[in-house]
Amino acid sequence: MAAKASTHFGKTHAASTRAVEDPAWVRFILIGLALSFAAVFLLLPLVNVLVQAFSKGLKPFWAALIEPDTLAAIRLTLAAAAIAVPVNLIFGVAASWAIAKFEFRGKSFLITLIDLPFSISPVVSGLMFVLLFGSKGLFGPILESHDIRIIFALPGIVLATIFVTFPFIARELIPIMQAQGVEQEQAALTLGASGWQTFWHVTLPSVKWGLLYGVILCNARAMGEFGAVSVVSGNIAGLTDTIPLRVEKLYNEYNGQAAFAVASLLALLALATLALKTALEMKIEHDYKQALKTPPPGDEKPGGT
Amino acid sequence: MTNSTAHRKQSTSALPGFNLAMGVTIFSLSIIVLLPIACLLLNVLELSWQEFWRLVTADRALAAYKLTFGASLVAALANALFGALLAWVLVRYEFPGRRFIDALVDFPFALPTAVAGLTLAHLFADQGWLGQFLSPLGIKGAFTPLGVVIALTFVGLPFAVRTLQPILETIDTDVEEASASLGAGRMRTFWSVILPTLVPTMLTGFALAFARAIGEYGSIVFISGNMPFKTEIAPFLIVTRLEEYDYLGAVAIATVLLFFSLILLAAINWLEGWASRFHS
Repeated sequence: MAAKASTHFGKTHAASTRAVEDPAWVRFILIGLALSFAAVFLLLPLVNVLVQAFSKGLKPFWAALIEPDTLAAIRLTLAAAAIAVPVNLIFGVAASWAIAKFEFRGKSFLITLIDLPFSISPVVSGLMFVLLFGSKGLFGPILESHDIRIIFALPGIVLATIFVTFPFIARELIPIMQAQGVEQEQAALTLGASGWQTFWHVTLPSVKWGLLYGVILCNARAMGEFGAVSVVSGNIAGLTDTIPLRVEKLYNEYNGQAAFAVASLLALLALATLALKTALEMKIEHDYKQALKTPPPGDEKPGGT
Repeated sequence: MTNSTAHRKQSTSALPGFNLAMGVTIFSLSIIVLLPIACLLLNVLELSWQEFWRLVTADRALAAYKLTFGASLVAALANALFGALLAWVLVRYEFPGRRFIDALVDFPFALPTAVAGLTLAHLFADQGWLGQFLSPLGIKGAFTPLGVVIALTFVGLPFAVRTLQPILETIDTDVEEASASLGAGRMRTFWSVILPTLVPTMLTGFALAFARAIGEYGSIVFISGNMPFKTEIAPFLIVTRLEEYDYLGAVAIATVLLFFSLILLAAINWLEGWASRFHS
């Protein structure tokens, strides 16, 4: 009986797939159009970076990378990301804990505020920090009298980077934490765990892949940010040039090959980010479905805890 | 379901750490995001209305907005169109390299904008891989407004594709079957059954790409040439004013951009709400 029903179902399914399938020539044209567009706007830009970086061979490529100003730019970019990403990590975890695990008024307004840096032009973001900490800025005189430099120095670059990457981690974590619910944490608490223990041993392990995903995206943007950093950095070679700013400087000096060599570092970072991102997406989707499938224990017996 | 939501809501307050988490959130948000925005607005208040109006409607500024908004509009439209095509092909068809292209859609999102600008400028330059074929036809991609559109199409592409993909995946083919069994051709089914359900999401993708394009700076400075009145975008004009130590001029134009960004953010929130109601 069951077998009969399923073959019958299988037949209708096969027949109906044909009805919703596009004719072969339509498929052919659409795939062709989509692939040409992807080739021009996705594949060629990537291949071009790598080819141009090595256009004069391995030696000039290497020479461009080990130039002192380029090495200084690499160090500065790593330093800025090493500060900006952990700051956003702490903020992101705190914000998603508050937003995902509790109900309060104005929650959606708070989420909109967190999203703000995504919609503000990087140049405007950089300008804001110049207005705050620049020599003519709000805190300029106080900083100057204490001989503290923020604009045209590392702190300004770090602040601008934190601003533009601010929403990344919170945005990834909030939906995942919301899907997890609060029942597991409550079980841990009733069993006598402290708040921190619950967080470290129950919450954190269940969101670790989403957290890593957010960190990777945040890091890619932090290392690649151009507009905001360019406004606050002052472009002092060897001192306040990050890798993207170094690329611009080499390009403006008509040193295309060196610009592409340095740019290829960032392109490789982008490729590594994409690879990790794709792997994590599969992992998260799996975990997410698992979390939705298993009914939280509290749901079956309300008030049971 | 209602029962479980009610239960969850009731029990949420039992977890510890709300005050600490909320405290860290509000503190960081205020220092990093709200204080800088407030400072910008404070600066613009120093200007009288006439002075502000004179700065934001100067000829050079008007030319810059025209290019910024015009190119963003064209690029967002191209993204809505080709993004929909890519999303459709990636979701509905099987072909070799599908997974690779699918992963590559996020490439503009992962690639630093400076690198995007560098490589696009080189591709479309007269001797570049694409420019050498396009230039003789009169299509100049580098140092022209078209270059701005090209760069903005690149950076906006993931938004259009990624908003549409999940919707295409969840659309029930039952409706298409019903339409086909009632005698509608595939074309008719597409126009009157499939397309209407995609419109809210396509609009969201369009708005996201448009919002991103308006603020874009890094990729454009390389490809456009930044010539005043011709290929100068509004964010570049802000940088120019700042380099001239004309802080108030920079602040005035930045306020205009910020204003439009906030309006677009509100529009996107509304569109996303509409799209999700539409599909539930």
